[in-house]
Amino acid sequence: MHDRGGWPTDEPIDRSEHQLADWEVLMDSIVGTLGANGVMNTDELRRGIESMDPDAYENTSYYERWLYSVETVLTEKGVLAPDELDARVSQ
Amino acid sequence: MTYAVGQRVLIADRRHDGHHRTPGYVKGRSGTVERLHASFPNPESRAYGGDGLPKRQLYMVALDYEGERVLLDVFEHWLEAAP
Repeated sequence: MHDRGGWPTDEPIDRSEHQLADWEVLMDSIVGTLGANGVMNTDELRRGIESMDPDAYENTSYYERWLYSVETVLTEKGVLAPDELDARVSQ
Repeated sequence: MTYAVGQRVLIADRRHDGHHRTPGYVKGRSGTVERLHASFPNPESRAYGGDGLPKRQLYMVALDYEGERVLLDVFEHWLEAAP
């Protein structure tokens, strides 16, 4: 699903820059901080993204995939409890 | 370094379940070593919390893909000497 090099397509590539939302900038900072502190590295981030369900992968944006992966990997490591983020969001 | 600039190499056509950096569309294709990069911790181990050691040599490989010249980075353990 993520390994799409060489796939044929007629769709044009969108090369336009776009303004990042605040949460996307924050997501980038969180991943940078996790890496700098040895909690989670880039390879784990990519592996977490690759583990997404194909439908979820297709229907999420770049930083939404980062969020998915950070939650997956940090839950594996016991940094986050299962469903901890959902519980906090619903408070 | 096992391979030298200009040497013909074959990218292994090997199944690997789990994170790896060799794209499927180049597996089994041959190309030419274009450049030697440095050695880096192996992402196949790092992706699962491993230390990635020993470091693996990374090469830039040039190949022809359906008439296009493609340059991509491939770790040494994904390369074989081309017959």
